Amino acid sequence: MANDFPSMEFKMPKINPKYVKMGVAAVVVIILIASSVYQIQPEEAGIILRLGKFVRTTNPGLHVKIPGIEKVLKVPVQRQLKMEFGFRTADPGIRTEYRTTQNTEKESVMLTGDLNVVVTEWIVQYRIKDPYEYLFKIRDVDYTFRCMTEAVVREIVGDNSVDEVITIGRSRIALQAQQELQKMCDLYEIGIRVSQLIFQDVNPPDPVKPSFNEVNEALQEKERKINEAWSDYNQIIPKAEGEAEQAIRASEGYATERVNNAQGDSQRFIDVYREYSRSPLVTRKRLYLEAIEEILPNIDTKIIFDEAQKNILPLLNFGKKEAEK
Amino acid sequence: MKKQTKYLIITVVAFFILIILSDALFVVSEMNQVIITQFGQPMGDAITKAGLHVKMPFIQKANFFEKRWLEWDGAANQIPTKDKKYIWVDTYARWRIEEPLTFFQRVFDERGAQSRLDDIIDGETRNIVASYDLIELVRSTNRTFDITEELEFILDKEEIRKINTGREKIAEMILSKSSEITKEVGIELRDVRIKRINYVDEVQQKVFDRMISERQRIAAKYRSEGDGRAAEISGQKERELKKIQSEAYRQVQEIRGKADAEATKIYAQAYNRDPEFYQFMKTLETYRKIMDQKTWLILSTEAEFLKYLKKTSK
Repeated sequence: MANDFPSMEFKMPKINPKYVKMGVAAVVVIILIASSVYQIQPEEAGIILRLGKFVRTTNPGLHVKIPGIEKVLKVPVQRQLKMEFGFRTADPGIRTEYRTTQNTEKESVMLTGDLNVVVTEWIVQYRIKDPYEYLFKIRDVDYTFRCMTEAVVREIVGDNSVDEVITIGRSRIALQAQQELQKMCDLYEIGIRVSQLIFQDVNPPDPVKPSFNEVNEALQEKERKINEAWSDYNQIIPKAEGEAEQAIRASEGYATERVNNAQGDSQRFIDVYREYSRSPLVTRKRLYLEAIEEILPNIDTKIIFDEAQKNILPLLNFGKKEAEK
Repeated sequence: MKKQTKYLIITVVAFFILIILSDALFVVSEMNQVIITQFGQPMGDAITKAGLHVKMPFIQKANFFEKRWLEWDGAANQIPTKDKKYIWVDTYARWRIEEPLTFFQRVFDERGAQSRLDDIIDGETRNIVASYDLIELVRSTNRTFDITEELEFILDKEEIRKINTGREKIAEMILSKSSEITKEVGIELRDVRIKRINYVDEVQQKVFDRMISERQRIAAKYRSEGDGRAAEISGQKERELKKIQSEAYRQVQEIRGKADAEATKIYAQAYNRDPEFYQFMKTLETYRKIMDQKTWLILSTEAEFLKYLKKTSK
């Protein structure tokens, strides 16, 4: 194989040894400077160890250290860190995509205080409060913090009923979990400040979900039935009240009419009677004859028979007139 | 030549001194502690102070150990509780090497320690979990649930009974039992906690069934409440309707009755002046009303009106 390469002959160029020395010195100086100057980003804090011993913390900016003796550890103290439980952000962006795996499922399934099961997804936002504690008090802070969060959330969910966890107690539980977690962080001295613990999604397990929906539907059905009954009530009662009022007014009208009529009739009678009592006989006859005069012209069939001849009635052909018509 | 030999000697000596120094000096960081051994024999106490330290080169060896708190996360164990419910219990703990020397002698390194901790904590967890009911493991206080009163009757009384010990105390018990043993291997154990408790699959299915039937009961209750309330409103409607109608009827009758009475009184007062005349007048009036075109009037000549047909005498 080596034969494939064209043979080459190198000729060392002649260089003044003075330049070589200068070149070496320059390289050494550059290496020294490079290893003694370091930069701390705005969101970081620098922890300086001198021969393994913590000596100082440095703020963002350009700093100098003793090369070879001092070592820098950078901790992002200003950055808001986030941990996800029960799901993982697969692709953050405008339309963030999430995914769940068997592992995250194990994180999310938990028991409630009434021994039911809920599926919970939540996040914790935190910051590194104390870089010294964060680095030197505990080894794997992230892993420990994960375990702590799971334990705390489960402990509090375990002290609440399934209805509280899913609906009414959600924000209270989140707040309580956050406070408990902070207490635990202080106890463990892991140098973390919990900014927020938020429940993203709390659901009954999939097989149970339809029956939870059924409850909502039943609740709506209940509301609907009650509303319908009230609307029926509201349609009928005011109408009945109106009708009652109408009947009462009408009866009042009747009363007025009846009394007025009575008064009118009786006044008329009294007036007539007054005149009548002055000459009763002739008035009586006049009234009688006037009535007869009024009645008789209207009657088509008038039969007059003599009292002496009693047999006239049978000869009358009743109904004849009707037949001719 | 002589000058070159001198350089060579100096270089060699410097080289050896460097090698010796590099083995004699060692850096202990904030995160570590060190045990010095001489041919495998531990020498003196552990070095816990961070900084530069010296040992005998080549003869002595520096063994580094973690000084920080370390994590332990056990595998989930399937354990039956006292009330015979099969669950997975997953615990975690933190520990540190308290006595590096003992630690070094008994378990040698972290791998050894982790497997010892597995044995100890898992064993104690099994023992303690098996002697408590599930509810004791799940709940940590006896707080009463905030429940809308509608759900009150639904809750299974068995499932919300009071606890005597609670999760926290059980974890503490596991801790105190375990840490007695871990002390013997130079490990300080702190905060054993129950991370996860879950039902075993078969049990979980039963729990789901129970949850479903519980919800169905709630749904049925809502439905019947809806029907009940609707019927109640409908009944109220009927009652008020009857009330309104009957009250109106009563008022109407009263008003009409009073008016009738009033009219009767007025008529009586007037007609009492001459009842016979009233009868005469009223009869004439009635004649007018009842006799129309179709009426057949059969009159006798005896009638007062016709008496002049036969005679004119008085």
